[in-house]
Amino acid sequence: MPYGPHTADDRERMLAALGIASVDELFADIPIALRASRLDLPEPEPELELASRLEGLAARNRTDLASFLGAGVYRHWIPAAVDQLLLRGEWYTAYTPYQPEISQGTLQSIYEYQSLIGELVDLDVVSASHYDGAAATAEAALMTCRATRRERVLVSRAVHPHYRASVEAYFGGGLQVDEIPVVADGPEAGTTDLAALEQLLSDSDRPVAGVVAGQPNFFGLLEPMAEIGRLAHAAGALFVAVVEPVSLAVLAPPGAYGADIAAGEGQPLGIAPQYGGPYLGLLASTDALVRQIPGRLVGMTTDIDGKRAFVMTMRAREQDIRRDKAASNICTNQALLALAASIYLATIGPHGLRDVAALGAARAAELEAALAAIGVERLHPGPYLNEFAISVPSARDVHRRLLDRGVLAGLALADAEPDDPSLADALLVCTTEVTTSDEIARFVAALDEVMSGRPPVGVEAGAGAERGDSRHAIARKSARTGVSR
Amino acid sequence: MVPKDLRYTKDHEWVRIDGDAATIGITEYAASQLGDIVFVELPESGRAFEQFATFGVVESVKAVSDLFAPISGEVIEANGALAAKPELVNGDPYGEGWMIRLRAPNQEEIDGLLDAAAYDALIAEG
Amino acid sequence: MSVVGEKLQPTIFERSRPGRGGGKIPHAPKGALERIPTAARRATPPALPELNEPEVVRHYVNLSQLNYAIDTGFYPLGSCTMKFNPKLNEWAARLPGFASLHPFSPDEIAQGTLQLLWELEGILAEISGMRAVTLQPAAGAQGELTGMLMIRAYHRARGDTQRDEVLVPDSSHGTNPATATMAGFRTITIPSAKDGGVDVDAFSAALGPKTAAVMITTPSTLGLFERRIGELLDAVHEAGALAYMDGANLNAILGRFKPGEAGFDVMHFNVHKTFSTPHGGGGPGAGPVGVGERLLPYLPSPRVLPNDDGSFRLERPGERPTSIGRLRSFVGNTGVLVRAYAYLLAHGGSGLRQVSDDAVLAANYLKARVADAYEIPFDRPCKHEFVASAAAIKKRTGVRTLDIAKRLIDHGFHPPTIYFPLIVEEGMLIEPTETESIETLDAFADALNAIAAEAASDPDIIRGAPHTAPVRRLDEAMAARQPNLRWRGMTGAETPCPD
Repeated sequence: MPYGPHTADDRERMLAALGIASVDELFADIPIALRASRLDLPEPEPELELASRLEGLAARNRTDLASFLGAGVYRHWIPAAVDQLLLRGEWYTAYTPYQPEISQGTLQSIYEYQSLIGELVDLDVVSASHYDGAAATAEAALMTCRATRRERVLVSRAVHPHYRASVEAYFGGGLQVDEIPVVADGPEAGTTDLAALEQLLSDSDRPVAGVVAGQPNFFGLLEPMAEIGRLAHAAGALFVAVVEPVSLAVLAPPGAYGADIAAGEGQPLGIAPQYGGPYLGLLASTDALVRQIPGRLVGMTTDIDGKRAFVMTMRAREQDIRRDKAASNICTNQALLALAASIYLATIGPHGLRDVAALGAARAAELEAALAAIGVERLHPGPYLNEFAISVPSARDVHRRLLDRGVLAGLALADAEPDDPSLADALLVCTTEVTTSDEIARFVAALDEVMSGRPPVGVEAGAGAERGDSRHAIARKSARTGVSR
Repeated sequence: MVPKDLRYTKDHEWVRIDGDAATIGITEYAASQLGDIVFVELPESGRAFEQFATFGVVESVKAVSDLFAPISGEVIEANGALAAKPELVNGDPYGEGWMIRLRAPNQEEIDGLLDAAAYDALIAEG
Repeated sequence: MSVVGEKLQPTIFERSRPGRGGGKIPHAPKGALERIPTAARRATPPALPELNEPEVVRHYVNLSQLNYAIDTGFYPLGSCTMKFNPKLNEWAARLPGFASLHPFSPDEIAQGTLQLLWELEGILAEISGMRAVTLQPAAGAQGELTGMLMIRAYHRARGDTQRDEVLVPDSSHGTNPATATMAGFRTITIPSAKDGGVDVDAFSAALGPKTAAVMITTPSTLGLFERRIGELLDAVHEAGALAYMDGANLNAILGRFKPGEAGFDVMHFNVHKTFSTPHGGGGPGAGPVGVGERLLPYLPSPRVLPNDDGSFRLERPGERPTSIGRLRSFVGNTGVLVRAYAYLLAHGGSGLRQVSDDAVLAANYLKARVADAYEIPFDRPCKHEFVASAAAIKKRTGVRTLDIAKRLIDHGFHPPTIYFPLIVEEGMLIEPTETESIETLDAFADALNAIAAEAASDPDIIRGAPHTAPVRRLDEAMAARQPNLRWRGMTGAETPCPD
């Protein structure tokens, strides 16, 4: 047992105190017929060997490419202070602050998080974190149904496909989701189709609880959020804005254009990509919806001596008290990631955050110009911040060939949206403050070479993905019998 | 001792009959069992309830309880003061802490409710 | 002396001074945003605080010291499995190859992580006796929702659409009924039997053509194994329903009971409980879900799949139309799963069984040590946790379980879970875990016993506890009646845009 304290003598003392000979007696109530077959797993691995195995696995991932990949998860500079502070055991080895007297650190940090995110989105109430942007968006959509007592939500097709899928799954219990199409051509191409939205809202037999749209949207485009909100409200529906938090340093916040709820992915605020999580689901609302917002809330109060203090509040909305009538089943949240976001914002400050957003936009303009110079055009003409789609024939093939040249050329949209023929020949590319001019030059040169069919010159060192290297593998014999070496 | 002029339910609601209107609230015992009440959710006027249907919810710091209509009827008025001051339910459960007024109470249903002595006996059992 | 730091901190907003900070990011060129339409731009910059790095560091270090944590002391929070969080796992999750990998990376450049995830699925399948595992759910509650949506899809695919009821024992976690509601079911709550177990007869009576599933936690939230689980599972399947196992208490039965072998159709794991990933002040976690044969087609997408050449790939969107889809972005909380993987390999099969043996031994030992001072409502061996009640102490002295919990803080301990499960009066749910030494268990028992004695001799000191924390008991009623959920001291005008 690598972390256990008990010596053989300790175990003997405990057994003796219980008057039993073997710990097996404590398991006698498991019916004999139902006792487990032998746990067919390898022997314990000493830390030295385990560390080497883990390093070997990590080394088989390639993270050294010139990356233009965003699509909901963004590479940013994370100030060194963020992780140094997160590594304090007082933060990461505590649990939910059920005992406020000895949890003021976590409680105050969550209150500050609520305040910081409240500033960014310009809304009153911020939930103390959800799993990720997709789950937060699904919870936001459910909120609109509870608040309006209606059962149908409209989600823009230009919202991240994973978020749309999550809303669908969360609505699997009987609520309805309809998709708002995007404009196909013209100056508004790639943004939410307002005429179609108006039509969907006009079906009086199926009143709409909420309208969900993203800013920027999945294609990086800026949406007419105020107009979408106006249409939603005119039909008695609530308006959910799906936002990217760094952009809120420079883009109008949801509160300013009348959104009732903001949801989004907090990962850009100091959280590493980590192949999918843990991330940070942002969820905020107006005061009017405070009873409907799921997840924990921390409020300021005083102790009985009048000292300022913080405590979880309005807890009777939650599953541990309200059970089947709770606003949501959420229990474990992403508190440590909320802390990361707070430390990030405190360290980088308002001007730093603005620089992050503006630098990403500047790099994107640089990329757009460099691509135009080799004849590669944007797929959609409308305004964008730091991410846009480009038209590239045989995009998936080109994407793979660029990988061999050390360039991660964003996302082949056909990989995310295989059913949409209009996206078959497109790459979604993004820049942030960590993108360099050199990387842009490499990307554009490699793309030019691949598209013009010239033979490759000087393939990047280390190119070509390793396949099937199982030197360190724990081979899974079968799902049923598990693992052996 | 609970007020003599009211009728009660096993779910710890009280009813005050006043002509063809009935005022409803929760008893002092219920309020003290719940602890500090922080939120009361009440129906809008015009909604009608069957006897024993859930008409609202009361929340304390760490508990939540449904409110049941002791008798059937249509809501004339809900106590709007509780939105800003839910603590009235703790401080004055039979007065300012009232919750809703119903129209056209059904005499048969009223006759079926507990009187003060029977309710006193109920809470004495714990 | 306080068990945590004593210095309450100003808020980060009160520490702010306009003009401080900077030096992290190069300045953007002038005019970088000119191409953004004015209507889409922010009129007033967000009023974020301005601090220099040393000030930020002091703020968060001092705040952290106001927390009690596993790394500072014993944390016997029942049902949460607050075991030691190994440091190797923190190191591993931060390896750049894992941490910097974008989740939309092509499979070719993500082979290390894909292999890890595939192996982890196999290990969890072996532990649970399940046919396959999805690693996608972000936490136990999301795992429950995943499981219940699969159950819904299963019944629908069979045309069995009238099944809209889920049976849940009254001792269950609140997430169970809340999940059933989210998945579109009605919850039927079944009272527990006198011995603290599931009332199998009441369950059997409630089962019928409308039952979609039962949700069972075993060992239960009382720390008791369901002795009649076999009968119950037979009755469930006889009725055409499926059985969901809440795996929150898996730490008690590793290597002793495999839910899939016993007949459960689906279960979730709480890796932040059983497999030591840090609780993080409330999260993150991860809630993988294992399924038996019946639910295999409905697993969320994408799954991790092996290729013929020994490499791995992610399932493509739409590849498996029977899937319930996805409940979150990407494959899951991979950073958490790396930690769980390291934990599992560090222990191996023999170590995992020892984990449960030691956790159960410690809980029974601690129960015996406090059984004179507190009532133990269920007189049989417990598993990894047990319920003790202060009902008699309350009757004698007026001191409640809440007071005892607060007084434990003065003795240097985190209190156990209190008033849960709801069915035990003045209950406290105590879970010592396998990583606490016998000296710690003895010290905690001594503290609980001393408080029981003190309840008779000096009840006021207990009712006023804690006396040694940075704050005393809080006005929770005020916090809920006049919610102050956000700092309003700053305005955007204090932080003007530089251009």
